[in-house]
Amino acid sequence: MSERLPILRIGDILLVSVQFDLEDQMVLNLQEDLANEIVAKSARGVVIDISALEIVDSFVGRMLATVAAISRVLDARTVVVGMRPAVAITLVELGLSLGGVSTALDLEKGLAKLRQPTSSALR
Amino acid sequence: MTAPWTAGEDPQVHPIARSGDLVHIRQAIRTLSQECRLSLVDQTKMITAASELARNTLIYGGGGTVSSGLVSANGKRGVAAVFEDSGPGIADVEQAMTDGWTSGGGLGLGLSGARRLVDDFQLVTAPGEGTTVTIIKWVR
Repeated sequence: MSERLPILRIGDILLVSVQFDLEDQMVLNLQEDLANEIVAKSARGVVIDISALEIVDSFVGRMLATVAAISRVLDARTVVVGMRPAVAITLVELGLSLGGVSTALDLEKGLAKLRQPTSSALR
Repeated sequence: MTAPWTAGEDPQVHPIARSGDLVHIRQAIRTLSQECRLSLVDQTKMITAASELARNTLIYGGGGTVSSGLVSANGKRGVAAVFEDSGPGIADVEQAMTDGWTSGGGLGLGLSGARRLVDDFQLVTAPGEGTTVTIIKWVR
């Protein structure tokens, strides 16, 4: 069984909305699919919406960091949007501060962040 | 704290044999945490800790079980989960509890991170004798 999350494209931005708790294999598939799609669609940015996720453990957290790093290598930027406050508190306490991952509070702010010039958008 | 279960509240036992089981375990802990009326942040912490420990049981312990249920002590209620495997055990517990240390390919946050997320944490292990981790989150 290898269910895959749909990756939507808006212009040169790829959008993934995670709507339910993912099995580990789906998390790994997403990582691979996004890398392929960035190249196939010449995408400039990736937005991952996790507003529906009730928890993010170190496995999913690592995937977010890895996707951010992969996209950087492929000349694209990743913004993770919609993290719930309880998830943010838990992740930081767990020890995962997602240092290399760009975030925004919602989809609109995430898209705006990707429109900014690289220097000011990247922390 | 080896047997946290209170009389009359039998724990549910879930297998941890493949990665798909982690989804069911997170769901079971979520249901218990809501039943117990943990705060939203505490629910999130408990489910996340359980997810980390269940993955440890699977990857490092070669699979096992988790028993979960409601517990009470000194007028307080809480959610408990006991992760058991009969894997290789942990030789150096202090090292295993250190942030960033891993014997596998992980981030090394599972044990140390899970301990920070819960109220009670107990690790019983010996080389060749498997590992048992008990966690409890109390209602505040």
